[in-house]
Amino acid sequence: MPKRKKSSKTDAAQKGWAKRLLRLKVNGEIKEVATETSKTLLEVLREDLNLTGTKHGCELGECGTCTVLINGDAVLSCLVLGVESEDAEIVTVEGLMRDSQPHPLQRAFADLGATQCGYCIPGILLTAKVLLDKNPHPTRDEVREALSGNLCRCTGYTKILEAVELAARGEEGQ
Amino acid sequence: MRKKAFSVIGKPLRKVDAMAKCTGDTRYADDIELPRMLYAKLLRSPYPHARIRSIHTERAAQLEGVSAVITGKDLPEKFGIMPSTQDEEALAVEKVRYVGDPVAAVAASSEALAEQALTLIDVDYEILKPVLSIEEALASKEESERIHSWNRRANIQKAVSFEFGDVVVGFARADEIFEDTFFFQGNTHLPMEQYCAMAQYGPQDKLTLWSSTQTPHYLHRALSKVLGLPMSRIRVIATPVGGGFGGKSDPFSHEICVAKLAMITGRPVKITLTREESFYVHRGRHPVKMWVKTGVKKDGTLQAMHFRSFLDGGGYSSYGLATVYYTGALQTVTYKLPAYKFEGVRLFTNKPPCGPKRGHGTPQPRFALEVQLDKIAEKLGIDPIDLRLKQLVDPNSITVNGLRISTTGLRECIEKVAARADWKKKFHQLPYGRGIGFAASSYISGAGLPIYRNEMPHSGVQIRLDRGGGITVFCGSIDIGQGSDSILAYAVAEEFGIDPADIRVVTADTDLTPVDLGSYSSRVTVMTGNAAIQACGKLKEILLPVAGEALELPVDDLEMAEGQLRSRSYPKRAISFAECVEKAEGKFGTLGATGSYSPPKHPANFKGSGVGPTPSYSYTTSIVELSCDPETADIKLHKIWIAHDCGRAFNPLLVEGQVEGSVYMALGEVLMEEQVFRKSGLHKYPSILEYKSPTTLETPPIETILVETDDPEGPFGAKEAGQGPLLPVIPAVANALYDAIGVRIDEIPITPDKILRALEGRLKSVSVPWFDFPPPIKWQPGDGVGVQQKS
Repeated sequence: MPKRKKSSKTDAAQKGWAKRLLRLKVNGEIKEVATETSKTLLEVLREDLNLTGTKHGCELGECGTCTVLINGDAVLSCLVLGVESEDAEIVTVEGLMRDSQPHPLQRAFADLGATQCGYCIPGILLTAKVLLDKNPHPTRDEVREALSGNLCRCTGYTKILEAVELAARGEEGQ
Repeated sequence: MRKKAFSVIGKPLRKVDAMAKCTGDTRYADDIELPRMLYAKLLRSPYPHARIRSIHTERAAQLEGVSAVITGKDLPEKFGIMPSTQDEEALAVEKVRYVGDPVAAVAASSEALAEQALTLIDVDYEILKPVLSIEEALASKEESERIHSWNRRANIQKAVSFEFGDVVVGFARADEIFEDTFFFQGNTHLPMEQYCAMAQYGPQDKLTLWSSTQTPHYLHRALSKVLGLPMSRIRVIATPVGGGFGGKSDPFSHEICVAKLAMITGRPVKITLTREESFYVHRGRHPVKMWVKTGVKKDGTLQAMHFRSFLDGGGYSSYGLATVYYTGALQTVTYKLPAYKFEGVRLFTNKPPCGPKRGHGTPQPRFALEVQLDKIAEKLGIDPIDLRLKQLVDPNSITVNGLRISTTGLRECIEKVAARADWKKKFHQLPYGRGIGFAASSYISGAGLPIYRNEMPHSGVQIRLDRGGGITVFCGSIDIGQGSDSILAYAVAEEFGIDPADIRVVTADTDLTPVDLGSYSSRVTVMTGNAAIQACGKLKEILLPVAGEALELPVDDLEMAEGQLRSRSYPKRAISFAECVEKAEGKFGTLGATGSYSPPKHPANFKGSGVGPTPSYSYTTSIVELSCDPETADIKLHKIWIAHDCGRAFNPLLVEGQVEGSVYMALGEVLMEEQVFRKSGLHKYPSILEYKSPTTLETPPIETILVETDDPEGPFGAKEAGQGPLLPVIPAVANALYDAIGVRIDEIPITPDKILRALEGRLKSVSVPWFDFPPPIKWQPGDGVGVQQKS
């Protein structure tokens, strides 16, 4: 069959969008990656940097699953472009451990059975970290409010709320 | 309950995978990347009902970067989860039956290119009249309205009818007869992880499929059938499932398509569905209309019940054959019912197929039953809890429809939940606008029969003992978050008296692990637990004599505890587990054993009796306290109390988690969530924002009470916990709302518009259609089959 003349739209899809060298600071390390400028930070993290700990649930900013930290704030990585994230301090769930020691939130979530399928947990841990960094001893309602943008379909939230409070108290789990 | 001393069972331990899930180490399906990987996309029908005149894929295939394009012609073999209703095609061949029905698949070097290629596929559709409701399906007359051709009557997938005991006599004995109608709208699972699958076809002509699936074994069968490959050439690996709730229990188009595309291209192919696609894939809660007629004595004791259900099944059969039976099966396992008639029918409609969602076919009738009991109690002037307490089923009994009850903690669940919620002081005594409601329920601990009838075990476990004292446990079960991997580790650790941390668990890989039928019907703890205990027993028969010989002690005096095999009478005379394993391996060679489990035979044997039996029934009760603002109809949930008879809590943290998650899911269903469609067949709410589900702010405090009954059929006495606790919460909310503001909403979800219409006296009762059900299969209980008890 004769080859069809390609449309300009097809060209764009084939060649991909314009690429750029991105310089990102992720979990304290400088990472350089040549990637499409159209990619969301979520895509850059997962596909270019192989940091697959960050999950996706809708890629529309509706579920909170892809939450990462940018300069200490919880941000939906599906709504931010990779190119917008240069010069920022990015923290993903992979950056929560320190010298192979889990963060108190990670320990509390594991100890209290706050993870079921676990898919929403990276986003919830990072959102909770922002809360505790800013408000080390939140009330139950403050925890609820802070996590209200992170959907979890498994747990009914009860053990998640308890785990955040346990981490805030700085106690070991059971 | 007899007290037992356990070292692992009953302890609030971490799940074996808990920390991996907190660090981002857990590899879900979409986290897997392989060299040379291609990306797939599915072209889906924009019409709810249409005939495919032609499909032209040439333009798409010529696009640079596209490796393969397939259509229904490439995968004509039909499949489906139930062997007798295989009416699905990986890609529609002649017809599309719902908006979203896949018609073509593309593999390309990027997702964007694959999407681009979809726009170059030309499908010529002959649009047919869509059938979008139960009533339209029942009224279908013309051939063009017929959605499938294999079923006898247009758009009726399955109609069933049973009569147990003498219903005529039962109603004649009744002092009062109540007739009510109910509607339970459909809703979907909405797991946070979208569907995802990846396939690789290797140089040795073997196919590997990774998928986020709850049923790798049934997927294995479906792939073999559709692809024409022997099962021995296919390896299915179920990746950790990021939420299932029943929604990942069917074999799916996208799984078969990536397999075929990998075979054609010789390259790995991955597909991840979008959130919007996930809403259309569905397989969730069936919309069900119900009619319930119940006859009672003045004291409230049930004399007879006649129950009818009409299920809106969507475009394909899926699990529907089982679902229609489930809408009638478990009415009998909570309260004594001497006569019971059930008629149910599942209809085809041009909407995404419905299937199993947590509670599979039983939350709808449980809602109807428990709300009607509330109405009965009120009419008779009896406290609704007292009404139930006087007629609870007995342990070790057989119900009127032939279901064997082993243990029941229902009475204890009722008493505990009522005491904690202070029921007697609150019921009918809270101020207008605030109310309290109660309901009870029961669920199966695993289906008593496999989906494919055969004599093989439902669950298999293989254990390998390592030099050095490690243990590797192999099992086909798939952890969907409920903790099935941990259950295996706990069971084996308990049996051998070792630390669960010394156990490695290898699961859900058809090349490596013995078959387990899957994470559905709340079967996994009971079935894999029993299989694991059996395998441990075989290894103990090897290890204990070896230890006895080494310690010069009789085997009777030996116990396995704290990582040792030691004397019961002189615990200091001991050898370590690791040393014993080495000695045993030196003596007998490589050490391993298998264990199997099949549920006990059930007492009834009429056609259709396969749905409902189980090794044991769990029991749950719930009390809901809420306020409803009569001006806005806004509902505020104050607290949920829930008591669950789990037989024995393997790990109380995990059981509580299942209970709390079930409460949450029930609250979404009763107050917010709806899977509803426009006349065009389009989903009204195909996004997380529009499909409202509860966040932390809408989820009230939940107080969980675990009741243990030490069931003889269960491993260490355990029953199910994952699904049953959803059931009573929905009717308890409806009953609490009535206590608060005096209106009955007999339709789920209970939304403010319905409440306001009810307050204004404008809410119509649910209309239930007429249907000429087949003559009932009659079965009388007690035909010489006694209660079987595990010895």
